[in-house]
Amino acid sequence: MFSFLVKRVLAGSLIVVMVSILVYALFWYGPKSPALELCRRDTNNRCTDAKLVDYEQKLGYDNPIYSEYGKWAKGLVSERKIEFGTTEYVCAAPCLGLSYRDRSQVTEQLKDRFPVTLSLALGASTLYLLIGVSTGVLAARRRGTLADKVLVASTLVFSSLPYYLVALLSFLLLTLSTSAFPEVQYVSFFDNPASWFSGLLLVWLVMGLYGATAYTRYSRGAMVEALSEDYVRTAKAKGLRSRTVVFKHGLRSALVPVVTIFGLDVAFLLSGTVFTEAIFDLEGIGKWGVEATYIKDLPVVQATSLILAVSVVVMNVIVDIVYSVLDPRVRLS
Amino acid sequence: MTSVEGNEPYLKVTDLTVRFPTADGLVQAVTDLSYGVDLGKTLGIVGESGSGKSVSSMAVLGLHDRRSAQIDGSIVVGGTEVVGLSEDKMRSLRGNSVAMIFQDALAALHPFYKIGKQLSEAYLVHHKGATKREARARAIEMLDRVGIPQPDRRVDNYPHQFSGGMRQRAMIAMGLINNPSLLIADEPTTALDVTVQAQILDLLQDLQREFNSAVIIITHDLGVVAEMADDVLVMYGGRAVEYGPCKDILTHPEMPYTWGLLSSVPDVSADTNARMIPIPGNPPSLLAPPTGCAFHPRCVHASKVQGDLCRTTLPELLPGVRGENHLKRCHLANPDAIYEAEVLPEIAPEIMEGGLR
Amino acid sequence: MTTDAELPGPEAEAPTGAAPFQQYDEPVAFQDLVGQTHAAAELNPDAEAVLSVDNLRMYFPIKTALMRRTVGHVQAVDGVSFEVPKGGSLGLVGESGCGKSTTGQLITRLYKPTGGSMLFEGADLATMSEGTLKPLRREIQMIFQDPYSSLNPRHTVGAIVGAPLRIHNVVPKNKVLSRVQELLEVVGLNPEHYNRYPNEFSGGQRQRIGIARALALQPKLMVADEPVSALDVSIQAQVINLLQDLQKEFGIAFLFIAHDLAVVRHFCPEVAVMYLGKIVEIGDRASIYSNAHHPYTQALLSAVPDIKQAATGGRRERIRLTGDVPSPIDPPSGCRFRTRCPIAQEICTRHEPPLLQIGKRHKVACHFPGRLGAHPREPITARLLGVDTTGAPDPGASPATDLRQQPGYADTWFDLDAKSIGRA
Repeated sequence: MFSFLVKRVLAGSLIVVMVSILVYALFWYGPKSPALELCRRDTNNRCTDAKLVDYEQKLGYDNPIYSEYGKWAKGLVSERKIEFGTTEYVCAAPCLGLSYRDRSQVTEQLKDRFPVTLSLALGASTLYLLIGVSTGVLAARRRGTLADKVLVASTLVFSSLPYYLVALLSFLLLTLSTSAFPEVQYVSFFDNPASWFSGLLLVWLVMGLYGATAYTRYSRGAMVEALSEDYVRTAKAKGLRSRTVVFKHGLRSALVPVVTIFGLDVAFLLSGTVFTEAIFDLEGIGKWGVEATYIKDLPVVQATSLILAVSVVVMNVIVDIVYSVLDPRVRLS
Repeated sequence: MTSVEGNEPYLKVTDLTVRFPTADGLVQAVTDLSYGVDLGKTLGIVGESGSGKSVSSMAVLGLHDRRSAQIDGSIVVGGTEVVGLSEDKMRSLRGNSVAMIFQDALAALHPFYKIGKQLSEAYLVHHKGATKREARARAIEMLDRVGIPQPDRRVDNYPHQFSGGMRQRAMIAMGLINNPSLLIADEPTTALDVTVQAQILDLLQDLQREFNSAVIIITHDLGVVAEMADDVLVMYGGRAVEYGPCKDILTHPEMPYTWGLLSSVPDVSADTNARMIPIPGNPPSLLAPPTGCAFHPRCVHASKVQGDLCRTTLPELLPGVRGENHLKRCHLANPDAIYEAEVLPEIAPEIMEGGLR
Repeated sequence: MTTDAELPGPEAEAPTGAAPFQQYDEPVAFQDLVGQTHAAAELNPDAEAVLSVDNLRMYFPIKTALMRRTVGHVQAVDGVSFEVPKGGSLGLVGESGCGKSTTGQLITRLYKPTGGSMLFEGADLATMSEGTLKPLRREIQMIFQDPYSSLNPRHTVGAIVGAPLRIHNVVPKNKVLSRVQELLEVVGLNPEHYNRYPNEFSGGQRQRIGIARALALQPKLMVADEPVSALDVSIQAQVINLLQDLQKEFGIAFLFIAHDLAVVRHFCPEVAVMYLGKIVEIGDRASIYSNAHHPYTQALLSAVPDIKQAATGGRRERIRLTGDVPSPIDPPSGCRFRTRCPIAQEICTRHEPPLLQIGKRHKVACHFPGRLGAHPREPITARLLGVDTTGAPDPGASPATDLRQQPGYADTWFDLDAKSIGRA
């Protein structure tokens, strides 16, 4: 098991490195110079060729790609000094560079923003599982009955509404006009757990309920299949209670496919929830990354890509571990 | 039958009918089925897929979905009427006084739980006062009893770490862990190789002798029945078509379907002039069963019956020419004579040479 | 043809639900039905071999997950030699994992063998390239066990049966349909059903479709891998009789792979018994079923439930094999059966017994060959191998040089009574 983990972590690190090189190369060899946007903005759209060259020099695009990538990579482990025009910025390790837009340190921004996204992702994914799996199991146990049909139909209706519409409507109706929920805000869990909880409650519910619809259907399908397995019949024939049969013998097998999808979903939640952050006005990394992409703010895009890559790798390892806990046949020697 | 007059058999099934609603209509899987099994005796239920042999036995354990299956008739297990019994009371019978072992042990054991855990779970559910340690000791004892080497080590293995034969042994151990009085074995050896099958059949016979339980063995293999059963019940299209003592049915079958089953399988020691005579056509649809005798569309002896009785009238299950114990559902007046004169010479020429016993 | 039983008669009833195209005939009379069946197939001792397999081996490498390093081999087939006579049948029996199915797959070249040769009409299938193999693929066809998964559910029966005709371009495009209908009729299906899908047929009918597909290219050899074991008992006999018809009519040779010893006995005049990748005994029907000399063959036969025996009272004493089949990754030294053999001695751990011809058409690989209960006390192979009775090297003995195992049978063989090579 341990050697397996080491292998997975090594392979994962390789993937993360490759992603960072890829993002760098995309900027470097992309059709438009990343400096152009910045130059235009600073000069009110009167960016001349000479000015552009000047900007490119400032951002280091006149150097070879490997030396710039090398500088960036080195900054991850040691302090780095970045000259920008006449000003010199000191960027402490791990340094992810300076944002082109406001010269802010990406690492510091990340420290502020990632907890917001993490809080959203944790709350929402917990609800995915709690609501999705429990309704899925319920529907599977009552397969073919009215309850099953109503559940499946309502998940379909709900999930065919656009997410931003659902989010925006609940924001407007439930907080602004009726105050049924406390005001949406982010307070650090470590500062005040109660406000952390109350400030994000509505967001979690909106994200969780919306995302859970898919989990209702996944887990219903997986559960229907599991309940038709021979070993479930054996469990019944032993005289076990129906509850034991369903949860101990059925659900454990049904969770295996659900866990796979869940792992990937969590990874994507961790890399930012753009609509949610925009509608509820939360400063997470999703909105930040999208805005940075518009203006080709390489250090910020690089940072958010890394978050996604690391999340995918970490979640995959976690999924593998959960698999091996659930299913002894894949337990790794 | 083997039951003594006035002494009820341990399992007594009377006029059992099982229906399932499906999208295509009501499927009548079992119709008016009656049989009995005494303690210490084995009943073999023979039939092809769709004959209702498994459905009827699962009804004994109440394993059908209560919401959809419609079960009529009576099933008495050790004096308790099972049809219509509450789920709680049914549960206390299942795996306790009535146990079932299934065909494919790899699929029938949970792949995620250790063998020992699955066995002790079966023990604990019917022994509320027992501790986990006691249950584990009992599991090891049972694994040892069914001939699994190093049971104290093997108890912590998962099913996939067992070979096919060992899994079936573990399955049997699980079925017998609460000393059931009735054991239903549904195709217990079908997925196994012959030498392993022989081991498992020997084991089942030993265990039956030891525990004096009533055993039902469901199979499509007449060879297995021949070795194991005291009585045989042949099913076709959801009905009993022949029922009686095993030896009598195999040597003097009185129903053309049973003849067909016997003539379809060759014997390892048969004369090389023996033929494999198939049953023409395919098993009937349970949605729209044939009129009259369900077997008549495939029956090659129907022409020996007056008029079109076979097509219009369902024959009753009545004693044939060989005594009260041997029941058959067929219009043929002298089936034994036809079998000896026509069928036997083709499938067992060597018996004819030596003259019929 | 014996197919009338399945074809709908003029007064056939309407489809009845579950199997929509199951149609009933006016019942045939019993004697007519008997007339359409066959007794056990007979051996033609003069037939030449259509396929001659010599020392065939297949080792599947076992690789580690990450580095793809080979850490061992599954010795699925290890030095198997046999012949299939023209228009005849050889049965291959054994328990799961003995390598019988792999052997069949090697002959149809689903795998390229690790070693050995497979001479088919003078050409060696084992070493041939894919390109030169293609015309020969027409001549060797396969029938599969599972009639449910071996037919593409999205193709019509006509497309399935016609595919080999189109691939190998054997008939003009506009003749494919009529040829398909002919084939369906040959295997006892209604030729008008060519545009139906596999799920509209019962298991037995699907197996007939698979047979029609295999028949399309008029092969000389058919490899039938458990062709009836997935079918209901009453249907098995239909399919076996159909295969016997086809063999008689078209002179097709069969390599018949099955675990059911009784069915093999009926269909095959010659049988090879495999254990853990090797042939332990091979011979004609009488040699194997009435005169088996290998303890494994004897154990297999004694394990088969015998209806007549049981019906007439009591049952035969069984040879109980203990334990499980060892892993083909690390097979036992010497004789592979020794770990479960009731009569194994020291020599069995040291030397692999040669497949020795002990009768006109009978070979056995055992140091102590003999009829049940009459196995010799001393290894009869000791002198041939140049060792003493425990298998230790014997400086005085000179090992026989001609122990190489050939596919067919020699005119001279080892006489068990005289303990020397000679002609009986």
